[in-house]
Order: sequence, then C-alpha cells, then structure tokens
Amino acid sequence: MLLIPCPWCGPRDESEFQYGGEAHKKRPADPAAADDRAWGQYLYHGHNPKGLYLERWRHAAGCRRWFNVARDTVSHEIVEVYAAGDLPRDAAARAVHAANWRRAEEDG
Amino acid sequence: MGKVDRGITALTRGAKRYSLAALARQALGGHMGWPRAWRDAAPRERYQVIIIGGGGHGLATAYYLAAVHGIRDVAVLEKGWIGGGNTGRNTTIIRSNYLWDESAALYEHSLKLWEGLSQDLNFNLMFSQRGVLTLAHSVHELKEMSRRVNAIRLNGIDSVVMTPAEIKKLVPIIDISPNLRYPVMGGFFQQRGGTARHDAVAWGYARAADDFGIDIIQNCEVTAIRRDGDRVVGVDTSRGSIGADKIGCVTSGHSGVLAAMAGITLPIESRPLQALVSEPIKPVIDTVVMSNAVHMYISQSDKGELVLGAGTDAYNSYAQRGSLPVIEHMLEAAVELYPIVSRVRVLRTWGGIVDTCPDASPIISKTSVGGLYFNCGWGTGGFKATPGSGHVFADLIARDAPNAIAAPFALDRFESGRLIDEHGAAGVAH
Ligand SMILES: Cc1cc2nc3c(=O)[nH]c(=O)nc-3n(C[C@H](O)[C@H](O)[C@H](O)COP(=O)(O)OP(=O)(O)OC[C@H]3O[C@@H](n4cnc5c(N)ncnc54)[C@H](O)[C@@H]3O)c2cc1C
Ligand SMILES: [Zn+2]
Repeated sequence: MLLIPCPWCGPRDESEFQYGGEAHKKRPADPAAADDRAWGQYLYHGHNPKGLYLERWRHAAGCRRWFNVARDTVSHEIVEVYAAGDLPRDAAARAVHAANWRRAEEDG
Repeated sequence: MGKVDRGITALTRGAKRYSLAALARQALGGHMGWPRAWRDAAPRERYQVIIIGGGGHGLATAYYLAAVHGIRDVAVLEKGWIGGGNTGRNTTIIRSNYLWDESAALYEHSLKLWEGLSQDLNFNLMFSQRGVLTLAHSVHELKEMSRRVNAIRLNGIDSVVMTPAEIKKLVPIIDISPNLRYPVMGGFFQQRGGTARHDAVAWGYARAADDFGIDIIQNCEVTAIRRDGDRVVGVDTSRGSIGADKIGCVTSGHSGVLAAMAGITLPIESRPLQALVSEPIKPVIDTVVMSNAVHMYISQSDKGELVLGAGTDAYNSYAQRGSLPVIEHMLEAAVELYPIVSRVRVLRTWGGIVDTCPDASPIISKTSVGGLYFNCGWGTGGFKATPGSGHVFADLIARDAPNAIAAPFALDRFESGRLIDEHGAAGVAH
C-alpha cells in the first residue's frame, strides 16, 4: 500500500492514482527514420530494475496531473517526487537516470 | 496437433521407484528407509547446460533435456529453495482454452503432457480435471465468449458455452439472480481443465531430473552472467563461478534482473499478483470458476480451503507482497457472487512477483547473446504451461532453433509486430 505525495494535493492513498510506467522514455525523434528495432525498443522494452525506479504517476481521482516518482521497487520507499520533464535531484535517482539504456543510446 | 514425444519415462525401476510394493516395504521399516528424492548437489566446475531458476519451468526444462534429448550434463541453479517462487505461490488453475492458434498449440501441448505426467514422473501430482468455468457478466462478454469457444473448438480443444441454469447446477453456491451488479449471463467451460498440486510439480520434476544425473543446486544465486564476446561462457554465483556452453534463464519475476546481467532488455514488467485461502470448510465447490469482469476466481483445495485469486497490482514491484485494495476488491466480488463466503474467515494472503508481457503471452526465445536463452513472460498464468514450456524450451536449447510450437513466442515479435494478444484469455484469469 503506497501513500503517494502528490506535488499539488499532498499525501494521498495509492488507489487515487493511475500508474504511467517507466519515466523518461523518449519517442524516436524522427519517427519516419526509426526502424522496427527502434520502435520495438520504444514501445515494448524497458528497464525493470529491482531497486530504484523512475516512474510516472497521475493523480487520477484528484488534480489529474502527471508527475514523476523515484521509488524503490523492493522497499516501496518513495525517494523523490518531481515534475514531469524534470530530472530527479537525489544522487541515486540521478545515477539510475544516467544508466538508462535509452539515454545512453540517444543522448550519448 | 500431433502426438507428444514424452521421452524416456523416468524412474521405471530401481530403489527410488514409488509403488505399492515400495510402500509396503518401507512400512515394515517404519518409513525410515526412504531414499532422498534428489541429491543435495554441490556445483561442479562446468556443465554443458545451466538452467537458472528452480521453479517448475526450469526443472521441467532440465528434465526434458535429459528425457527427450539425452543431455544430462545439466545443473539447475536456484537462489532459494526449488518451487519457492511463483510455482509454490500460484492457485494452480490448468486449462488450454486460449483464443489464438499459437497459444492453443502451446497450452494444449502442455495439457496433453499433464494428462500422464504423474505416470511419467512416478510422482502423484494430484492432477484433477475438475473443469474450469469462466463467467460472462454482460451480453457483450457472452457474445465474445461464443466466438472464442468456436475458435477454441476449431483447434480441437474441448469447450462449451453454458447457460446460467446449467452454471447453477454445476456450482450450487453461485448467485445467478439477475439483480446483481454483475449478473451471471452465462459462461464457458473446459472439462479437461482443472488443478494440480503445485509443490508436487516442482518436486516430481526435480526427483526425475536428479535420477538422470542432473544437479539440482539450491541456495545458489546467480549474480553475473559471464560472456566472451557475444557468447556466454558461464555464471558467477553465491557458490562460486560455474562454466557452461549454454544458459537457459527461467526466473519469472526476476527475468529483468537476469537480462540486465547479460546486458540485454526485455519487454517485461514485474508486478505482484495476490491470492488467498480461507479457513478449511466442507466441500462446497468441485470445479474452478473464474470471472474476468469482477477480477476474481475460486476453487476449493482438497484440505477444504477456498482458494481465491485476485488481479495484479498496477505498479512494478519486487516486494513479494501486494496491496490491500486489490484483495478487498476481489473479496467484494466473491461475496456478491457466492454469498456463503461472507461468513468464512481468511486464513492467509500472499503475493508472488509475476513477469507481465505486453501481449499477455510468454517469451520462449534465443537472444542476441550466443548460447543464452530466455523462457519468461508467463505472467499471471504460467503454472498450467509448466510441462509444455519445459518441453519446448529444452528443445530450443538442445537444437539452438525453435520448433513450430515455440517459434511464434520468440522475442522478435516485438519488432515484427506479430504479437499474440491473449489479454482476453489471460486477463485476470489464469
Ligand atoms: C498468486 C498467483 C497465482 C497464480 N495463479 C496461477 C494459476 O492459477 N494458473 C496458472 O497457470 N498460473 C498461475 N500463476 C502464474 C504461475 O505461478 C507462474 O507463471 C509459473 O509458476 C512460473 O513458473 P516458473 O518456474 O517460470 O517461475 P518460478 O516458480 O517463479 O521460478 C523461478 C525461480 O527462479 C529463481 N531465481 C530468480 N532469480 C534467480 C537468480 N539470480 N539465481 C538463481 N535463481 C533465481 C527464483 O527463486 C524462483 O524459484 C499465478 C501466480 C501467482 C503469483
Ligand atoms: Zn493531486
């Protein structure tokens, strides 16, 4: 059972939220140029770590806004909540972001 | 769908064979003389094939490598105890009534193996073809079901549509009154479906594999997959390094962790799936009833416990437990459909981490790394497939090429777009 701190409404019960899966996924920049492999990776493949994970949530039964969460998938501890489009500030969460294969591939 | 090659039947003779004569002999000795079911093997330096994960699928793979392909230089590495993963946590529903031809071939292959497996393994799996009924709660669902039943029957798999009155006769404790929030409009039934004893499946395969000389190594966690260029050469484990020509990963919820060790990604997310049992009561239901629309299913164990299963949690987790709202939601449906359960107490609830795939179908595949194979993505419904999965995965590893049943389940479907969408069949229902 999660108590998720919505950046706008404060801590709320998990059942008020909708899950959005892995955060920071990037759609191929030039869709027409992307091959089947690139689309397959974008649409289906993902990080599925045992430990810190950067994910998207939406406060569906509240303010209805999207935001990002850095959460440990074993302890369920929420390390940081940050705005969609931003990077986490927490050092460990930043390391997860830096190690993300999509970033490694696309941003060098 | 042709005849299944069951391979050499294990334990046909010898001191380890279970039989009435053996039982009588052991009774005279006060049952103190039974041999170990499998050796407590220590890892050797190298093996031809290493199977990572000692669940039912991994153990079945090892068994069929020996029984069908004559490959006995095999070790199964299990980080905890065998069957301690989802194999020992599931609600044991077995059926083969899937929609698409590819799935029908795979799950029916498995069901055929189930129907003779206790004999093959010389181990009582308590396989019980008590039937599996799936309910429809709306006109739309009922129509979709009729269409599904036609497709299933065209594949030679038994299935019938049932009316509410027929359902009431089969399941007297169900409430079919039309004023329910989700009334029972009908359903479809597979008589050859049913249940089996989950632990026995792990133990039976382990014992039979051990009899072929395969090492079952418990408390042995794989911590790294070693590569030489683009080929695997072995693994590092909590019990030292072990070399191997080929490695099969069969680690269900932990597949993402193993994939990361090998430097590849998978289209899999790990989610908790929960179930519960009630206190034991007298027999009230002798079949399995599932309902996708209200997210619950029910059967009764031989001990008398009602076994109830719920849906998955919505978010990724390796916590080996789920959230309470999921259980509450399922119990609300249970009480409405089966009013007598409102007075039965819950004995325990638990969760397992399942490997969910975008199209609700498994991955049985080679990878971009030579000698590395994955069998995963069974998600909420892989117990039923244990024998078939092990059978085709052993074949893939032995021949380094998929057979006709396994081929559609390769990883490349997530690039070609040839997905096998079984959300309708898998849904909550297992
Ligand atoms: C609550 C629940 C109900 C279910 N109900 C049904 C049902 O009714 N019908 C049905 O068909 N299916 C059902 N399932 C799904 C089914 O349980 C699974 O699909 C199936 O058991 C998977 O078997 P497996 O052998 O692949 O995995 P597991 O039994 O999970 O085995 C994988 C093994 O890998 C080991 N492992 C992981 N990482 C490592 C490592 N690094 N090194 C060594 N070993 C490792 C684990 O310890 C584990 O023992 C249910 C699942 C759950 C959780
Ligand atoms: Zn909010």
